[in-house]
Formats: sequence, structure tokens, C-alpha cells
Amino acid sequence: MNTPVIHSHAKVKRSTKTSWGGLIVIVPLLAVLGLAPYFMSRGIQGNLTTLFSLIVMATMWNLLAGYGGMVSVGQQAYIGIGAYALVYISDTIGLDPFIAVPAAVIIAGLVSIPISFLAFRLVGGYFAIGTWVIAEVIHLIVVQFPQLGAGSGTSLLALNGLSPGRRIAYVYWLSLVAVIIAVAVTYLIMRSRLGLGFTAIRDDAVAASSLGVRVTNSKRFVFVVAAMGTGLAGAMIAANVLRVQPNSVFSLQWTVLMIFIVVIGGIGTIEGPIIGAIVLFALQQTLADLGNWYLVILGVVAIVITLFLPRGIWGLLSGNGKIRLFPVGYTLINPLDRFSLGKPHDAE
Amino acid sequence: MVWANAIVQGILLGGLYALLAAGLSLMFGVMRIVNLAHGTLALLAAYVGLLIVQATGLNPFVAIIIVVPIMGLIGYAMQWGLLNRALTKGGLAPLLVTFGLAVVITSLLQELFSADMRTIKIGNLGIASIQITDQIYIGVFPLIACVVGVLVIVALQVFLSKAPLGRAMRATSDDVDTVRLMGIDNRQVYALATAIAIATVGLAGMFLGMRTQFNPITGDIMLIFAFEAVIIGGLGSLWGTLVGGIVLAIAQVVGSQINPSYGVLFGHLVFLAILAFRPSGLLPKAVTS
Repeated sequence: MNTPVIHSHAKVKRSTKTSWGGLIVIVPLLAVLGLAPYFMSRGIQGNLTTLFSLIVMATMWNLLAGYGGMVSVGQQAYIGIGAYALVYISDTIGLDPFIAVPAAVIIAGLVSIPISFLAFRLVGGYFAIGTWVIAEVIHLIVVQFPQLGAGSGTSLLALNGLSPGRRIAYVYWLSLVAVIIAVAVTYLIMRSRLGLGFTAIRDDAVAASSLGVRVTNSKRFVFVVAAMGTGLAGAMIAANVLRVQPNSVFSLQWTVLMIFIVVIGGIGTIEGPIIGAIVLFALQQTLADLGNWYLVILGVVAIVITLFLPRGIWGLLSGNGKIRLFPVGYTLINPLDRFSLGKPHDAE
Repeated sequence: MVWANAIVQGILLGGLYALLAAGLSLMFGVMRIVNLAHGTLALLAAYVGLLIVQATGLNPFVAIIIVVPIMGLIGYAMQWGLLNRALTKGGLAPLLVTFGLAVVITSLLQELFSADMRTIKIGNLGIASIQITDQIYIGVFPLIACVVGVLVIVALQVFLSKAPLGRAMRATSDDVDTVRLMGIDNRQVYALATAIAIATVGLAGMFLGMRTQFNPITGDIMLIFAFEAVIIGGLGSLWGTLVGGIVLAIAQVVGSQINPSYGVLFGHLVFLAILAFRPSGLLPKAVTS
């Protein structure tokens, strides 16, 4: 390996040509999506709301596992908490449902703090199953409460005052805002000092720790943010289907979806979960008749991608990271490179 | 007396949980792989056993002799085909691959056998029991399952400490690079370790299939029980796993004595309490391997 010669006038660049180009696509796309309720049918808005909830939960799982290195199999806990909190706060306490959503997000975050102290006693695969057990415990406790509808669940009534057209449009807008927040938060975290710390932890936790990266605190921060985002997705789901059923909101299937979306789309990239969610959603629509074979196919695809294409679909599309819509890395612009044959020094 | 009975029944069930957990412990000990398909593979064994019994009318205990080697082969193939490659792809890959495998197997079982509850029928043996006192009865079948579980744990422990292959497994766990310099193919050692692990989980799956009803998603809870037994007992110790299985089972039996819907929850709570107050488990290994 050549020792890079770095000129004293070298600069570090964070944006790339493609990330500026990406803005030209993303801004009009968001504008069109924002106006969708004025020209799209209610059915399509409902479908897009489902897609957006998938993007939010997958983005959060990717933040947790792809960047934070914490493979959780218990994120359905926060789907359930977000959904139940929305229903309880708006129906029983009587807060406006659209104020209840941020409240539900905060509750999911608060619950995740004590959970993190238990779960962080385990690492790797045991952390994965430990989070799953904790999700099961929350599920088993929730169904003990008659106020929450016990085993049969409860309905969200607070949105009944709105006409169906308005209700669907409001929930749609809420979900669109949720996607923007989830992606923006992940992007900002990964561009921050914390994100740099995570890259260091991923590469070598001991070395990172000895250089002053606060490993456990950083992980806990991401764990809580992911819980809040997943709780938001749970609230979106409850607002979309208007019903909360314990066996469905606390189902492992949510985490199965998150993992498959992230692995297929490209783990450890911001674009991956978005692409993966769109692919999975399209497959759901077309392969729905296949029943169990649908999950068999997804599982096989996820295994093959993990073994042979670790950066997923986005890795293929972007030529293994040459194109970046959301650049989180640092590119060194070194004047001396003009005189040498070396490539730009790229750290991510 | 009700509680004494609960503890006796818990110990009997605990031996079976330990058998279920031994393979998880072994794979983690040798390769640092946590096999998320562990419970699903136990269940796969129960379905294979069910098919054999239904197709041939064989005694279920004879069917075990066929099912266990089949599961061993599946384990061997799984390690060579998937996990040895996954091990070279970094820390997340083995988890993601075994998780994908669990979903694939569960969905296939659902397609083939539907979500109906099944059981492997063992006739009168299922209800035969030995009376100890007025209120304590020991079921013959739970006793057999428990004794087999303990014997397998003892055999594994002896194998790992005495047999050349067992020593190779421990050495590979300690220092894979040195082991390769000594002329041992670590991939082969891994494949054999997984074969043994999956064979034992196949045995556990057969006993569970005879003891209780199961359907394709029972595998999820099997993985959780196995994991709880390992953590309660302490990582890296098969004796710990045995103790962990018994403690977990007693908690479950006592819980369902209080309220039938509390059984599983009590097991989880004991697990969480151990995690909070004694995270290295009840019988931690003095030196971590």
C-alpha cells in the first residue's frame, strides 16, 4: 500500500456531485408527494402510508444495526408501544391525535432507556435474542391490562370526527413528514461526530474506545433514537389501520420485514432501506397470492445477498458507493494527487 | 406440596430444556455463532419425525435413530454451505443468514403442514407415571426425556474435554490461526461442531414433539427458551446450561401454578432478573474460552 502524501493545502469535501444531483431529483419528488392528496385516490394514499411506515422502521433498524452494529430482533416492541400509546393518549386521555403522535414517540424513547441497560449486558447474537425476549415480555404485560383491550386489542376512535378523505390525507402527510424526519435524523447523526465515532466502533471497538469514543453512550443514544423512530412507525400504522391488536403490533413479522428490507436494499447505507422498502412493497403487491412462498423467496434472497452482495441493491446501483445521494463520509481533495497515480483518499 | 410438585416437574422439564440449549451453547463456544435458526431446526426435526412415524408406523423412539443423523447431516451441510462463508463476511453476516434461514424453514413448514397443532403420539407412555407421594407423580416420559438430556450434556462435556476432536474444537475456539498452523482445517472442525449441535437439537425437537403440541411458529419460542437457559446458566459452560434449563423450567411451572397464563412470562422475568443482577449467569466459567 502506498503511503499517501498529503499536501498542506489539502481540503476535505463532504458533498459529492451526485449528492447535489440527487437534490435535483429529491426536492421535486417530495413536492409531488406532498401534493399527492389533491390528485391521488385514497387507496393509493393508504398504500403510500404503509410504504412510508416501512421506510421509517427500516431506516431505524439500519441506524441500529447497519451503523450501530446492534442487531435487534425486538423492534416490534416499539411498533406496539407507539401504536398503543397513540390510541391511549388520544382516546383515553383525550389529546389531539396529531399531538399524541409526538407524545407516543417520546414514550417509546423513554421505555427504551431502561431496556437498554438490560439489553446492553448482552452482545452480538445474544443481544439479538435478548431484545426479542424483552419485546415478548412487553407484549405479555400489555395483554394483562383491560384498559388496553387485553388480548383482543382496541380501536382508534379519535380520528372518527374527520371525514374519511381528510383523515386519510392527514395521516398520509403525517407519514410523509415522518419519512423525512427519519431519513434526516439518520443522515445528521451519521454526519456528526457521533457518526464518525460509530464508524470507528464498527471497525475496532477497542481502538475507538481508547481514542476517546464513548462507546456505550453512543450506542445507547442510537438505541433510543431507533426506538423513537420505530415507535413513530407504530403510531403511523395505528393511525392508518385504526385498530391495535396485540398479536399483530407485537408480531416478530415487523422485525422480519425491517431486516429483509435493510439487507436487500443495502445495509449500512441511507439509501438502502428506502430502496429495499420500495422493492419489498412492490413484491408484496405482486406476490401476495403466493402466501408462505413469499417469505421463503424473501428469506433466500436475503441470505444470498448477505453472502454474495453485502451492499445490497443500492450497492449494485451505486457502483459500490461511487454514487451517493446522502454523503456521510469524507473525501480528501489532495492537490498532490494530480501528480501521483493514487486515487482520492476516501474514508467512510 | 403443590410447590414441591411444581419443582419436581420443573426439574424434569429443565433437563429437556438443557438438551435443547446444549447445541446453541456448543456453536457459540466453538465459532461464536449465535444460530437464530436453532429453535426452528428443533421443530424441523419434530416434523421429520412425525412424517416418518406417520408414513412407516415406526415407534417414535426408533424414529429418533433416523431423525438424529438426518439433522446432523443438515447441520454439516448448513455449516459448509452457508455459515463458513458467512463467517468471512463480518460479525453481522452469520446472524442475518441464520435469521433468514429460520424464516425460510418456518414458512416452508407452514406451507407443507399448515398452522395446525400436531404432536408425535406415544400412546400410553404419555400418561404413565410413578407415584412418589400423595400429590407428587413423576411422568415416565418426562423422566426419560430429562435423563436423556442430562446424559447428552455429560457426553458432550466428556467429548469436549477428552476426545481428540473435542480438543480440536476447544483449540479452534481459542486460537484459530494457530490451529490452522497445526494442520487442522478449521472449516471442517466447524462443520463437525455444527453437525453435533444440530443432531442434539434434533433429539430435543423429537422429545418436545412427543411431549407437547407444536406448530410451525413454535420454533420461535424454542429458540427463546434455549437462549434463556444458556444465559441463566452462564455462557461457555454446559453444566451452567443444565442448571439454567432447570431454573427456567421451575420458574415456568411455578408461574403457571399461580395463573396458567403466567408460565412463559415468569420464565422471562427470571431471565431478566439474572441479566440485571447476575449477568454472568449462575455458573459462569472461571476462564472464558
